[in-house]
Amino acid sequence: MNATIEAPIETVSEENDSLMTTGPDFASHPEAFRARQRAAWEKFVSLPMPARTDETWRFADVKSLSIAPYTRAEVVDDGDRAALLKKSIGIVETSGRMVFANDCLLARDIYNDTLRAKGVLWLPMEQAIAEQAELIEKHFMRESGVLGSAKFAALHESQVKAGTFLYVPRGVEIALPVETFHWLSGEGASVFPHTLIIAEENAKVTLVDYFQSAGDDAGFACGVNDIVVGNGARVTYVAVQDWNRKTLAFHLNNTTVARDASALALRLNLGGSRVRDEAVSRLRGPGGRSDMLSVSAAEDDQIFDQRTLQIHEAPNTSSDLLYKNSLNDKARTIFTGLIRVDEGAHKTDAYQKVRNLLLSDEAEANSAPGLEIEADDVRCTHGATSGQVDMEEIFYLQSRGIPLRLAHQLVTFGFLNEVIERLPGEPLQQKLRELLHGKLG
Amino acid sequence: MSTELLEATDQAKQIDIDRTAGNFSYPEQHTFDAGTGLSHATVDYISDVKNEPDWIREFRHKALDVFFSKPMPTHWASHDLENIIFQNIRYYLANGQKPTRSWEEVPDDVKKTFERLGIPEQERKFLAGVEAQFDSEAVYSNMKKALGDQGVIFVGSTEGLKEHSEIFRKWFGKVIPTGDNKFSALNSAVFSGGSFIYVPPGVKVKHPLQAYFRINAENFGQFERTLIIADEGSEVMYMEGCTAPKFETATLHSAVVELVAMKGAKLQYVTVQNWSANVFNLVTKRAIAHEEAEVKWIDCNIGSRLTMKYPGVVLKGRKARGEVISIALASDGQHQDTGAKMIHAADETTSNIVSKSISVGTGRATYRGLVHIPKHLKGCKNNTECDALLINSTARTDTYPAITVRGTGNSSQHEASVSQISAEQIFYMQQRGLTEAQAMSLSVNGFVNDLVRQFPMEYSVELKRLIDLEMEGSVG
Repeated sequence: MNATIEAPIETVSEENDSLMTTGPDFASHPEAFRARQRAAWEKFVSLPMPARTDETWRFADVKSLSIAPYTRAEVVDDGDRAALLKKSIGIVETSGRMVFANDCLLARDIYNDTLRAKGVLWLPMEQAIAEQAELIEKHFMRESGVLGSAKFAALHESQVKAGTFLYVPRGVEIALPVETFHWLSGEGASVFPHTLIIAEENAKVTLVDYFQSAGDDAGFACGVNDIVVGNGARVTYVAVQDWNRKTLAFHLNNTTVARDASALALRLNLGGSRVRDEAVSRLRGPGGRSDMLSVSAAEDDQIFDQRTLQIHEAPNTSSDLLYKNSLNDKARTIFTGLIRVDEGAHKTDAYQKVRNLLLSDEAEANSAPGLEIEADDVRCTHGATSGQVDMEEIFYLQSRGIPLRLAHQLVTFGFLNEVIERLPGEPLQQKLRELLHGKLG
Repeated sequence: MSTELLEATDQAKQIDIDRTAGNFSYPEQHTFDAGTGLSHATVDYISDVKNEPDWIREFRHKALDVFFSKPMPTHWASHDLENIIFQNIRYYLANGQKPTRSWEEVPDDVKKTFERLGIPEQERKFLAGVEAQFDSEAVYSNMKKALGDQGVIFVGSTEGLKEHSEIFRKWFGKVIPTGDNKFSALNSAVFSGGSFIYVPPGVKVKHPLQAYFRINAENFGQFERTLIIADEGSEVMYMEGCTAPKFETATLHSAVVELVAMKGAKLQYVTVQNWSANVFNLVTKRAIAHEEAEVKWIDCNIGSRLTMKYPGVVLKGRKARGEVISIALASDGQHQDTGAKMIHAADETTSNIVSKSISVGTGRATYRGLVHIPKHLKGCKNNTECDALLINSTARTDTYPAITVRGTGNSSQHEASVSQISAEQIFYMQQRGLTEAQAMSLSVNGFVNDLVRQFPMEYSVELKRLIDLEMEGSVG
């Protein structure tokens, strides 16, 4: 009987500032950018939601993607501000930190003179959009959303105002990492953090983003990062995703690597309820290299949905992808990756590997590593493995007096730590290990 | 696929030209010919000619509706599929009706390939479509008698469903349901030809069974329907196709092959596909393996314009084992979209997929795989290896595996690599006095050697010669 009753049509009142009903309007952005945001909003509204039959959403649970319940976040009050600033702790020695809560800047602290070096621009996105129109026009979201989330990329573009803009001029090396903290606070709140790194010729920089929730409220995050690595430059980017377990999150990455440049990106996925990661690396110049790394520790009913694309556009480029997942309880992971070698991109050396460690009978790992090769003088390999903890290792640890539970944790930790060890710099590795330990218990 | 042909830029086009020049004629005898186009009337016509019982007629009609309702799978598959014009296709030619043409009309390159492969004169004429009858009747009837004594049933699809419905009806359309995909639905609507085989419990068929022996029993090939049931503890090997290029005028081939291996049975299915380069070859092949049964698909694709074929095994009983050995050779203008599916549905089931592809000229080889190990199963293992070899800079290769593993008791591993022929190897062999073409074919043969060895002897010899031929054309 009930089947015939239609679901009530949700009515949204005017004062309810729902995401789905109103477009953006940020007075601080210049008119040209506001026009771009309005166009992005139109695009967001017109694009359909992902469907189960979309190849880019294979294995995914598209039903859980509704963003209707979320609204624009409110400004956090002073008491919360102080608490969040206190909790915004990264590695011991850094060049500087920015802290955002609900897309509003709380702090911008410089700890090291390199960030004041000639020509370095380290700005909150809002200020960069207002003051650096030329660089924004050239690099901001030029090729986003190609892996299935065009709709959400458009949403981000239309709503963006927070995040880090980091421009490192030619030859400048920023030795210590730069950190950014994003906090999401309040029931139904949403944030749109952006990170834009532009490293000019032979520049060098490391940036770490931390994504966290202030409390237990359900929230929505839709972040994009653009990393532009100029000739001979080196960029390391680390994203620590630790939203609370009621958060739906999108993180879309787009990296372009020029001649003899190298990019290394690592994602640490700890939190979130449904998390969709899309990472694209474009190797544009000969000698370019991209390392794409990810560590995901999934438990309960978390779903980590990761899509990657390695595009070799120029000859003599290399890329190396390593994604490792540990899955406990009813967790699900999805990995769909593609190495694409364009015509003429000879001497490409591309590697792609996903490894799943299944810790429970209810966990499910989906892997679809792919190759599309249009050049003949190449070396491309990919691999995918899914398996469980080696009982011999557990036995060994137990025979040394380590309890079973701890033995499992150690083996899992060791499995994931292998990826973290690929990061340059011990303090950074140490920080990620601590966070991972926290999750694995 | 000789040197001359490979030098031509568009193989498919060339064959199309030959086809019109040949001016083949189909005798307009409506007792034997359903005409072109596809409708419920076509289905009725086929059912009438075959004098089929109502349940088959109904099965066909339902399948046709499913076919009409399903979209082309171009959201993941090649857009080349859109070039199939269903209304221009002839869906049924009855017994013995074959296009007629003279030996002179057969393209030189096809003749030359026959020559090089060492195909007997009589067989060449049949393969080229010059003669409708290939004298294998004697072989077939001898074989039929020997098999019949053991209780083996080896008949065509029509006969199988009519005369032995108590055996075949139970599994017909069960391994591959009509709605599995658009082309299995098409086959279900218009199927004719193919082999229905039943091997009784414990019977081990010594010699491989070949569709070849039954060729003139019924017009076969276009929408063939094969169902093989190996009962408990039996063993059988079936072979279809041949390495020689089969010169075809029908541009769409869409077969459905269902295998059932009962408890402890061993079933091997060998395919060597070498349709001419104007053919769309869209085939659905799947097996069910019961407890401790073993099913092995050996699949070799050399011909056609576009082949889409992913032999699968549903591992339904404990300790069942499935294996797919796949070789694909994609030459100029060809797209070999092949792969394998392994569905684990019981404890301790194991599966193995080994795929090797070679892309030459503008050829494109694609591996698509599916491995599914659901939860609550224990001790399931899958191993997948795909290696691709690219010969020219214009060649292309893709790999799209999809692996789902649940639970802690199972494991799967997948490895794939893409490489080119080692310049050092070629240099070494040339230095020893081999020509570049010889060196190339030696190297390519080495690449597929471990798989080719699994083929019956005469097939592997012919395969080696075919690779030699391809390499001659690709150098320089």
